[in-house]
Amino acid sequence: MAVVEAKGLTYAYPGRTEASLQDVSLTVEEGEFALLTGPSGCGKTTLCRCFNGLIPHFYGGKLEGDLVVAGLSVADRPIRDLAQHVGLVFQNPENQLFALSVEKDVAFGLENLGVARGEIRKRVDWALEMTGIGDLRERTPHELSGGQQQRVAIASVLAMHPKVMVLDEPTSFLDPLGAQTIFSVIDGLNRRLGITVILVEHRLDLASQYADHVIVMDEGRVVLDGGPREIFSSEEARLIGVGIPKATMLYRFLEEQGIHSGTVPVNSKEASQLLREALVLDRG
Amino acid sequence: MSVFEGFRFRGVSSPVHRLDPRVKFLYVFVVFAVAIMFGELLPLLVLFFVPVPFVFLAGVQRQWLRSMRGASLFAIIIFATNFIFTYLSPGSIPGIEPPLDTASEYFLLLERSLAMTLRFIVLVESFSIFFLTTSPDRLSLALEQSRVPYELCFAFTTAVRFVPVLAEEAQTIMDAQRARGLELERGNFMKRVRNYIPILIPLIVNAIRRSLELAEAMESRAWGATEKRTNLYVLRMRRPDYGLIFASLFMLTFALYVRFSFPMPSIVALLSL
Amino acid sequence: MIEVREVSFAYPNGVEALKGVSLAIQKGEFVAIMGQNGAGKTTLVKLFNGLLKPTTGEVLVDGVDTRKVSVANLAQKVGFVFQNPDHQLFCETVEEEVAFALRNFGLGKRTVQKRVKWALNLLDLEKYRQVSPFMLSGGERKRVALASVLAWDPEVIILDEPTIGQDYRQKERLQQFIVQMNAQGKTVVVVTHDIEFVAECTPRVMLMAQGNIIAEGDARKILTDQKLVTKASIVLPQVTQVFLGLMDLGLPGDVVNVQDARRALSDFLGVDS
Repeated sequence: MAVVEAKGLTYAYPGRTEASLQDVSLTVEEGEFALLTGPSGCGKTTLCRCFNGLIPHFYGGKLEGDLVVAGLSVADRPIRDLAQHVGLVFQNPENQLFALSVEKDVAFGLENLGVARGEIRKRVDWALEMTGIGDLRERTPHELSGGQQQRVAIASVLAMHPKVMVLDEPTSFLDPLGAQTIFSVIDGLNRRLGITVILVEHRLDLASQYADHVIVMDEGRVVLDGGPREIFSSEEARLIGVGIPKATMLYRFLEEQGIHSGTVPVNSKEASQLLREALVLDRG
Repeated sequence: MSVFEGFRFRGVSSPVHRLDPRVKFLYVFVVFAVAIMFGELLPLLVLFFVPVPFVFLAGVQRQWLRSMRGASLFAIIIFATNFIFTYLSPGSIPGIEPPLDTASEYFLLLERSLAMTLRFIVLVESFSIFFLTTSPDRLSLALEQSRVPYELCFAFTTAVRFVPVLAEEAQTIMDAQRARGLELERGNFMKRVRNYIPILIPLIVNAIRRSLELAEAMESRAWGATEKRTNLYVLRMRRPDYGLIFASLFMLTFALYVRFSFPMPSIVALLSL
Repeated sequence: MIEVREVSFAYPNGVEALKGVSLAIQKGEFVAIMGQNGAGKTTLVKLFNGLLKPTTGEVLVDGVDTRKVSVANLAQKVGFVFQNPDHQLFCETVEEEVAFALRNFGLGKRTVQKRVKWALNLLDLEKYRQVSPFMLSGGERKRVALASVLAWDPEVIILDEPTIGQDYRQKERLQQFIVQMNAQGKTVVVVTHDIEFVAECTPRVMLMAQGNIIAEGDARKILTDQKLVTKASIVLPQVTQVFLGLMDLGLPGDVVNVQDARRALSDFLGVDS
């Protein structure tokens, strides 16, 4: 069942002549972990803003084409309706936390929706547990590390029980360990709770191993759409200039030497395995 | 900055911290009313010393003293003004008739000016205790439950939340510009003011950008979805709160009674100076 | 060029950011200071241009003690490009922005014009000369900030987390640019937690953890040491992780990037790489 369906999306920010999205069509199935990537300025951030209605309702302008998310037509429903089904986590951890304590931040969305206090308490506790930050509940956002802040942001979105979680470069400001933690938290939510994930990332080395579906954009268009292994090992991906995972680059090296092996690796373990088989074979 | 330290909330807890802010505010209001009622030194001294044990109970004595120190400049100005005006205007205060020829008249003048000064100090004292023992989120909660529109409460909390962030950012901007040769300490007054433009513009531009990002995040969490906003926390009055309400009202009533029943003697008279 | 002797630094709020750090950076070196967020990297490099002065110990830049000269003075030798260009940009045009520091340093009009032209060309910004920096994209603003620092041609260039938010192509260009600057004799210091970027450039690495330098040396030596990497709370480069599992086959253990890997594999397979 498709939980996100876009057909021919075209959009230009008000006041700009160039369209940031040009005839974008894609489908994301329920429960998928989709990775959205592409060079800077390709339109991935713009597309994220469409999923929960910030475009067109917050930014203005006209969103041409069709976009249906969780059964709702984005152009026809206000953000506050869409926000109950699609959560959006932003790049800068500091600017999406408003309250003076972590708990209150996680409760924010539920308070806005007028959920009863008992239910808010239950969901806040649950969301904090799911993201592993239960012990931070009374802390002020400012004293937390970037990685902890992002987990609070994820928890606040999670508390609203969304069907889809969209994350726009959530690890930009984090160090590698912090980034790894975020990816494993997101992966956990995807696998254990069945939440559909749309992750925008540049750091494909760390993120590609979790994705079932990869979408590559360039200059406002979708140029590649498919499974991670086929996309990252393709020539087009290399030409567009996305940061192909190093593991996949090693696979290409073997191909160049005429060594054709099994599946395309997307993480270091798989690459190690692949190389071992190839080299032992060659030796033997 | 140190005078502001006398008002900034500390993250500790004490029975005073746990009191409902609305009740504490009632106390401050009563103090205000009583201070206005009396122009004599004696009752104002009482008013000053009554909350002192609570300052110690709350453990905020050092910051409180700092706020007192900050107020001292103003206090001196008030004292001097009062002293001079009363000296120069005949018959404004009973017992003081210029030309002042008796010692007791001088003492009365002194006492009177001290009283006016103390009135100001008592107000600073109670506001300081209020802010030192009330966390911003409890304060915001109190505002919400007092039917202040949520947008205002939210604006208040968000502002408090971002104060340390903005302070850090200001420091970073200053560092970045100093690293480009900007010298903030040199030059005459006009030059120094102009030197702050490279600090202010990035600060303001970034604040605007930040507000935009915040607005996006708020919308994404269903801001404005319903008029009937609920809350994770609720302020409930407990026994100590009722105790303070009672004490405040008692103080008000007693003060009114004293004011309208018998004249307040001056300390000078009491000591027969 | 830069010498740090037993320096400790504590912030006014008491946090000890550096504990007895010593290092020496020679003229023309390319050094990466690495570690997780909070290890003290940015604090350390702020000592190099005098923005921070050591609490104990001394920092010498080209033989001069940083405590004896102003930041503006040191800045002429040590250029610092901050992480967020929006903390610097405030002028009406890109031209003004690039000229800002030059004017602060008191350079003559003709020199300023010459240097601005040079810097704009170097970073391919001539077409934006009269454009407001606020109208440019994130990547372009980063280039303007870099141009405004390079304009005065400092001997040392410090880049604080230059790869944040950059895509693959932008990082490639940055790498080429750094190599070029270094080849021209500039001392380049990059503060970063981006392992892959350092693995590509392979500079001399100083690894920090909790206010100390726990290791320093060649990138290939440090980034392949699992124990050090764990101690500093960073991760091994992807390629290193791949080759870790292959050491028993006789493959080298100091492979950090794809180029190294290709060479090692080619050697192993007995083909030309």
